[in-house]
Amino acid sequence: MMSDTATLPPGFADLDPFADWALDTWRERYEKRLASSMDEMQAFYDAMMPRLTEILEHCDRFDLQDLPDDARNLLLMAFSLCEASFPVEAWRQPRVPDSGSADLEMVREPPL
Amino acid sequence: MAHFPKPAEGSWTEHYPGLGTGPVSYKDSYDPDYWQQEIDTIFKKEWLCVGRVERLGRTGSYFTKEFPWAKQSIVVVKDREGTVRAFYNVCRHRGNKLVWDDYPNEETSGVCRQFSCKYHGWRYDLDGSLTFIQQEEEFFDVDKDSLGLVPVACDVWEGFIFVNLDPEPQQTLAEALSPLSEGLAGYPFGEMTQTYEVRSEVNSNWKLFIDAFVEFYHAPVLHQRQATAEESQKLASIGFEGLHYELFSPHSMVSSWGGMSPPKDPRMVKPIENLLRSGLFGPWDKPDVVNDNQDLPPLLNPSKHRSWGIDSFLVWPNFMILFWETGWYLTYTYWPLGPSKHLFESTLNFAPPENASQRAAQEFAFSTFKEYAFQDANTLEATQTMIESEVVDTFMLNDQEILCRHHHAAVREQVKAGGRPTSYPWMPAPASANGE
Repeated sequence: MMSDTATLPPGFADLDPFADWALDTWRERYEKRLASSMDEMQAFYDAMMPRLTEILEHCDRFDLQDLPDDARNLLLMAFSLCEASFPVEAWRQPRVPDSGSADLEMVREPPL
Repeated sequence: MAHFPKPAEGSWTEHYPGLGTGPVSYKDSYDPDYWQQEIDTIFKKEWLCVGRVERLGRTGSYFTKEFPWAKQSIVVVKDREGTVRAFYNVCRHRGNKLVWDDYPNEETSGVCRQFSCKYHGWRYDLDGSLTFIQQEEEFFDVDKDSLGLVPVACDVWEGFIFVNLDPEPQQTLAEALSPLSEGLAGYPFGEMTQTYEVRSEVNSNWKLFIDAFVEFYHAPVLHQRQATAEESQKLASIGFEGLHYELFSPHSMVSSWGGMSPPKDPRMVKPIENLLRSGLFGPWDKPDVVNDNQDLPPLLNPSKHRSWGIDSFLVWPNFMILFWETGWYLTYTYWPLGPSKHLFESTLNFAPPENASQRAAQEFAFSTFKEYAFQDANTLEATQTMIESEVVDTFMLNDQEILCRHHHAAVREQVKAGGRPTSYPWMPAPASANGE
């Protein structure tokens, strides 16, 4: 779990208000999605999408195994955007429609 | 109208006379007695995949696997010779579970020099032999050589670890998997070590989730909102037709076209997919280990169609491997927990990413997969409860659902035979030994 004040690289200060989406595990990212309103996710999506290509270009300059903390935070925010994109682009609600009580336990995920 | 050619008989199903075309009873998917027969004649007699060798990186690496359907627990370990072995997870002293952490019913993994029982400290070497008894002199007539861990048949195919609870398996692993064992050999499974593993308890019979994943007829309908409006309308009006179906009873496969790798028209895909170059079909850019010039194993893309996107193999009885044209693979395993309940396990396996962009493309492929799995899993619970209502006792299966029909039929044949049958009524008779 990151603090709410995860630092971002210079040049990405406009994303500071969304740094609380820099979360270490898929489970945390998914739960933040479920706990967010559509307005909150739309704002995150609208802020991130125009910067996504630059985020990846910035992170691609480093060895993936040795990302500086601020770049790693950006990449984790991009992973959160993966989660938030479904409610925004497809579902118009945080949960997958008709998914009821279905849930998944993450047994193993690649570390970052 | 068929967009892809079917066999000369006019349908995939009739290509296998004896499989039938009529409505099918689903009593096999909730009847408790039948479920127990499946356990006894299939799950306790077949080779079952429990994971990949990459999980056992070092000497002494181990993991446990719970088989509540057999009231068993297994420990799988790499011994000093590098051999993968499996044992029942029970101490020979007084029956305590040997390997567990915190909660005895939860699976665990780790690395050890030997196994040591938490209860009275009996110790076992990685090859299962008993090496130490606390206060051995207090016991009577001890023969340590006869008190090793009880072995479970264990073998490895292409890096997949299988166990068989039958003390004398009917077939070797290679025989049991044939012809998949030869026809899928050589795929670079071992290079695709960037793995996501998820699991979920689903309130449906194990066969119902297999049904859901061996047909794509449902995809344009159940998952239509996952595509853009324009694309989903098109998919719904066309429906789904497979490129090829083949039965290797009791195994089977379906080959399908696939969408975006990369998509021909950017309007087909959602904005984030364009930016990340990824989607349901995985990252659009193939990893070097699966480039266009590499020969695929002979059973992949059997129709040699240029629109080929995915092959899905059911490895009897409860394991599936899905090969994506884009160069990654999925596995599904279904463990029966009761007539109306099973444990679903899945892995997504990619080549290790070389940079953040590749890593993000894989993360998005995982995210997308999971959205689909949620839809699939919950629908199964809706199906399970209604077939159990017995308002309707037989159900319609179309030609694109041949593998559902086949899987239920293959289960029926094995339950009837009490073990792996030597032949199936819908399959051509095996060539006789003298070559006639």
